[in-house]
Amino acid sequence: MLMASLPLHTAGPYVAGAYIAFLAIILLYVAIMATKLTRSERALRELTETVERRRSEGEE
Amino acid sequence: MYSKGLRPLSLITAVSVALTLAGVFYWAPNDAYLGFLQKIFYLHVPLAIITLGGFIAGGLMAVAHLRTRDPRWDMRSYVAIHISLIFGVCVLISGSIWARGAWGHWWVWQEPTLVSFLLIMLLYATYQPLRFAIDDPERQARYASVFAVTAGVFVPICFAIVRLSPAYVHPRTLDNISGNLPGRMQVVFYLALISTTLLWITLWRFEMTAKHVAAQIRHLRRLLGEEADDAPSRRSAAPSLTQVGSAG
Repeated sequence: MLMASLPLHTAGPYVAGAYIAFLAIILLYVAIMATKLTRSERALRELTETVERRRSEGEE
Repeated sequence: MYSKGLRPLSLITAVSVALTLAGVFYWAPNDAYLGFLQKIFYLHVPLAIITLGGFIAGGLMAVAHLRTRDPRWDMRSYVAIHISLIFGVCVLISGSIWARGAWGHWWVWQEPTLVSFLLIMLLYATYQPLRFAIDDPERQARYASVFAVTAGVFVPICFAIVRLSPAYVHPRTLDNISGNLPGRMQVVFYLALISTTLLWITLWRFEMTAKHVAAQIRHLRRLLGEEADDAPSRRSAAPSLTQVGSAG
């Protein structure tokens, strides 16, 4: 069932395909996590604004 | 807490991945039999080892959760299993591509190594639906931990059974890695193993940081009264953020 050594021009696309698929999956995961972090950053900014607004209202 | 040291860790991981890729393509010699196609070995095998190790680590973290009832352990276990599932998908894809190039088939159903790995992946694919099916956060965490422990025990058993079974086409893992590999190939393989481990740890900490920040934001919202204490949480497969947030 095993085949003999594949020449570079035949094996190249398989090797590139495996490494690119891996890279694409990891990048997709990192992109999703980065989106979530951006959302968290926005929420944190909103919360900071709320705290500052309440503080200034309290001082008045 | 989880973000501490994340930046240097990410840098070390990036450097080790770059070194590994350079080693794979410029330093390690081509295999005498498989030729250039064997380069997939440096991606596929470390990923498979780390995936299975990650599932076992998830099980151990689940044991810690069942012992302590600390929701942070449930979160750690959940993230470990999540990252391992992603790595597992990469193992299946890279393995199939390699199989197509080496054996002329995308998949060989008679081969115990392939089928057993697929079984493990299918088993863990039920982990998130199981969590999602349970509303109560505490019950969800407990059931998920029991699942993670049971499945984590299944992984080495499955591995041992495969080792005992006759090989059809797939070489037995860890049988001919360290012993039969020529010097340079061995060095690059261990480098690939280290960089894959570092990548797993980095992604685990990255996701833990994101989850921890989200939990703290939710906790802050409740403290500020923007969200009622008894407001129903959005149904999620992820561990309860409220619990984690209050646990610090």
